[in-house]
This record gives sequence, structure tokens and C-alpha cells, in this order.
Amino acid sequence: MLTIVYFAWVRERIGLDEEQVARPDAGTSIADLVAMLAARGGGHAEALGDATRLRAALDQRFVALDSPIGDARELALFPPVTGG
Amino acid sequence: MKRVAVQAGDFDVATELAALEALGGGGVASFTGVVRGGGGLVALELEHYPAMTQAQVDRICDEAMARWPLLGLSVIHRFGRLEPGARIVFVGTASRHRAAALESCAFLIDWLKSQAPFWKKEHFADGAAGWVEARAEDEAKAKGWIG
Repeated sequence: MLTIVYFAWVRERIGLDEEQVARPDAGTSIADLVAMLAARGGGHAEALGDATRLRAALDQRFVALDSPIGDARELALFPPVTGG
Repeated sequence: MKRVAVQAGDFDVATELAALEALGGGGVASFTGVVRGGGGLVALELEHYPAMTQAQVDRICDEAMARWPLLGLSVIHRFGRLEPGARIVFVGTASRHRAAALESCAFLIDWLKSQAPFWKKEHFADGAAGWVEARAEDEAKAKGWIG
């Protein structure tokens, strides 16, 4: 299983802080998984439909969306950060 | 000295500056970010990624310490619901010379804006609320420190 955590409007649109999904095949990129999740429709489609608005972290490190998920335990999906 | 704190509570700027001044350098620089009022804003809500934030801010601090000869630095970033006028973030740096202190302070706040996992939501008096959009300008500023 892979844990996915969501933040900010991604979390609000999906309606979940986190969820578990079946671990995708080796080599699946974050963008591939995002497209699969968006295809569920509903809040997932609203939150994840436009991947250009998303940023990601694997095991608490920022990575590009075309990165393979590999054996990471936690994927985070969120909008561009606005701290400081 | 490296102090990194991610907390809900407020902090005391004088106490933070005194700790940096006590390090024996010739220069201390600091930046304090405060919730900007106006436009009917009643509160800013800061969400963050608890499992990542501390480690990520720590990495940003290590980067600053690798680039400038610093005697010490402090970064404090708050989360939760903050009202206009409340302090959000503090960055302080101490060095033997002013250039290193000033430049590293600017670097740290630019990187915190685009490299630390925080998100701001604005709440207004009429009940409206919305997530703050990242500004391309902030991303460009952070990138300006690369290379």
C-alpha cells in the first residue's frame, strides 16, 4: 500500500487528509498515479484534474511530478507552497 | 548555533535577537513577517506538512550555513490561525560582517516562501475564504539564489 497525504485546497476538494491506495507498478510516475486518481471523478477529479497546478513530495522531499514513485512509503500532493 | 522552530505559539523578537547578538559577531540581521491586514481580512490560516516541515526548514538552514560564514541563525515559523498584525515568521542571522548576515537573511526568507511546506488561507469578514495563490515572482526570487 501507498499512503497519499493531501494539503490545502487539494485536501479540501478531495475531502480527505490522507488515504491508502494499492501500490502502483514499479516505474509508475506521480503524474501517472494522479491521472488514475483524477479518473475516479468527483472530488478527486476536481482536485487532481489539472496536474500543472500540483506539486508533490515523496517521503517528505519535494520531487517533480514526472518522478517514479518507486518504493516510497508516502506521497504528498498539494498546491505550490505559500509560506514565509 | 542553529535554531529551527515550527510552532503554533508566538515568539519574542527581542529574545531571539539577544541570542544571536550574544554569539560574538559584528552583525545581526533579521526579518519578521507579520499578517497583513486590510481588505476585510479577519484571519490567516497557515496549514503545513508536519512530517516534513521541520526537516525541510532545517535543510534550508544548512544551505544558508554552507553558503555564508554564519555564527548562528534562527528560523521560527508559526502555523494555525493568525490575526492581522500577528507575527508569522522570524529569520535571524549572525555573522562577523554585515554582508553575510544581510544576504543570508534575504536568502532564508526567499527560500522559506517557495521551499517550505506551508499554505495560507485567507478568511474575510463577510465569511468568504480562499487559498493564497503562489506568486511566480516568489519562485523566481528563490531560483535567483541558485547558481
